[in-house]
Amino acid sequence: MIEVETLDVTFGEGAAAIHAVRGISFHVDTGETFGLVGESGSGKSTVLRALSGLNPDWTGTLRVDDQTLGRKRSKAFHKLVQMVFQDPYGSLHPRHTVDRTLAEPLAIHGMGEVDRRIETALAEVGLGPAFRFRYPHQLSGGQRQRVAIARALVLEPKVLLLDEPTSSLDVSVQAEILNLLQRLKRERGLTFILVTHNLAVVAHMCARLAVMNAGRIVEEMSVAELRRGTARQAYTLQLLNASLGYDRAKARELVTFE
Amino acid sequence: MSLPLLSVEGLHVRFHTPKGVVEAVRGISFEVGREKLGIVGESGSGKTMAGRSVLRLIRPPGEVRAKRIVFDGTDLQALDEVAMREVRGRRIAMVMQDPKFSLNPVMTVGDQIAEAYLVHHKVVAAQARERTLEMLAAVKIRDPERVYGLYPHEVSGGMGQRVMIAMMLIPDPDLLIADEPTSALDVTVQMQVLAILDDLVTQRGMGLMFISHDLNLVASFCDRVVIMYAGRIVETCRAAELQSARHPYTRGLLASLPRIDRPVGELSVLSRDPAWRDGAVVVDGEMVG
Repeated sequence: MIEVETLDVTFGEGAAAIHAVRGISFHVDTGETFGLVGESGSGKSTVLRALSGLNPDWTGTLRVDDQTLGRKRSKAFHKLVQMVFQDPYGSLHPRHTVDRTLAEPLAIHGMGEVDRRIETALAEVGLGPAFRFRYPHQLSGGQRQRVAIARALVLEPKVLLLDEPTSSLDVSVQAEILNLLQRLKRERGLTFILVTHNLAVVAHMCARLAVMNAGRIVEEMSVAELRRGTARQAYTLQLLNASLGYDRAKARELVTFE
Repeated sequence: MSLPLLSVEGLHVRFHTPKGVVEAVRGISFEVGREKLGIVGESGSGKTMAGRSVLRLIRPPGEVRAKRIVFDGTDLQALDEVAMREVRGRRIAMVMQDPKFSLNPVMTVGDQIAEAYLVHHKVVAAQARERTLEMLAAVKIRDPERVYGLYPHEVSGGMGQRVMIAMMLIPDPDLLIADEPTSALDVTVQMQVLAILDDLVTQRGMGLMFISHDLNLVASFCDRVVIMYAGRIVETCRAAELQSARHPYTRGLLASLPRIDRPVGELSVLSRDPAWRDGAVVVDGEMVG
């Protein structure tokens, strides 16, 4: 469904240039959830932004659903690929009601039956019709993230790009949102790319993942390997160890990977 | 056990809002010795308010009432503002969650740390600078001389948090209240920052109130844990025994976490029981009340 070949992203020019993504390649099959894991600055979100069309400065080859992507994306692309962002407090327009937030993509794409589609989308993410005319500030963090997912789903895309979708939520709310995403994927046959720093979330959601550091893919592995702790690269092993909890002895052994 | 460093009894925090009174903290009691006490809860549980009220950092319309707040033999509630200023920073320090919003953006980080030292010690500027450089090295900043002259926007999140910790530790406090000090950090940096705090507790006998939403982290890092729900402490236990917690809320939280070591089909979702608000609590595995 998704193919990324030697993707390269650089911000700025000359001496101030930051080489955020350095020639990475991976592919995601239809109906799969692929995890992109890494620490801040590893370039994982930049990969997602290049794929979604939010960042036009990239080189390499990107293909989605057998279509090679250019710098400018068509309406059809955005109907196919939608994105859910990390911060539900920042990604919803504060002065638009839920109704308006969900109606806008429908209007852009000239899709009819607006009432029915909005009601269906809200019901699918577990929000009753009572939420339709509320503003973001009247919703909790989890409810806002449900609205953000509904906004992505209302166009009936095939691919969802998820950028840390539960990182700013409480753990009990995280469980609800992850379950919701899993159910929607099953029911609609969606393909996900999940970017996160949380290895436990990746282990729960994905079958395969790539670990990124300093703009490169350090290692691609299956979740079974992740669970067994049989990473091949030292960087992955250190990340895995640090994710298992605090340990004074392990803290002493940490090294920086460039 | 020796006398606790901090002992809080019957603490209430209320906010008077146009829509009525909000009770953020509803009568909690706890003690902190020279140890790592974890305070865990979800957003809105009152854990941050519990930390802030000790330092009297809650401003009107917020209202703090307690039977007693005793720190190292001193009744903090009886102190006037001038005396409280001697305690705040010097004896009890607080590390906030986000270095981006807690540091002065127009002052170099070195000068900010030195200022914290100068406020509490009668020394000349050169001595304060010397001490600041030592402190930056102590929080594992590689090139203290260079970092001293940087402004907050020029340092990374991890380094900013270490700068905050250096600033809070330079007056040599007896008790450190750390409110989500590592939540914004990468796991490896988080480990290094925790190791710094750990060493201060074990080597210098500092007390640490570690406020966090991360159950696994608190279980592995702290000595004791209190779990807050809706402004109350619903369970206290030894950190090592958190996995066998008994309160349904604590159990529900633990069950809702995805795990690396074993797969779970569907994550269990917490169904909140209204009885938890005022019902029985668990102390070291025993149901009380």
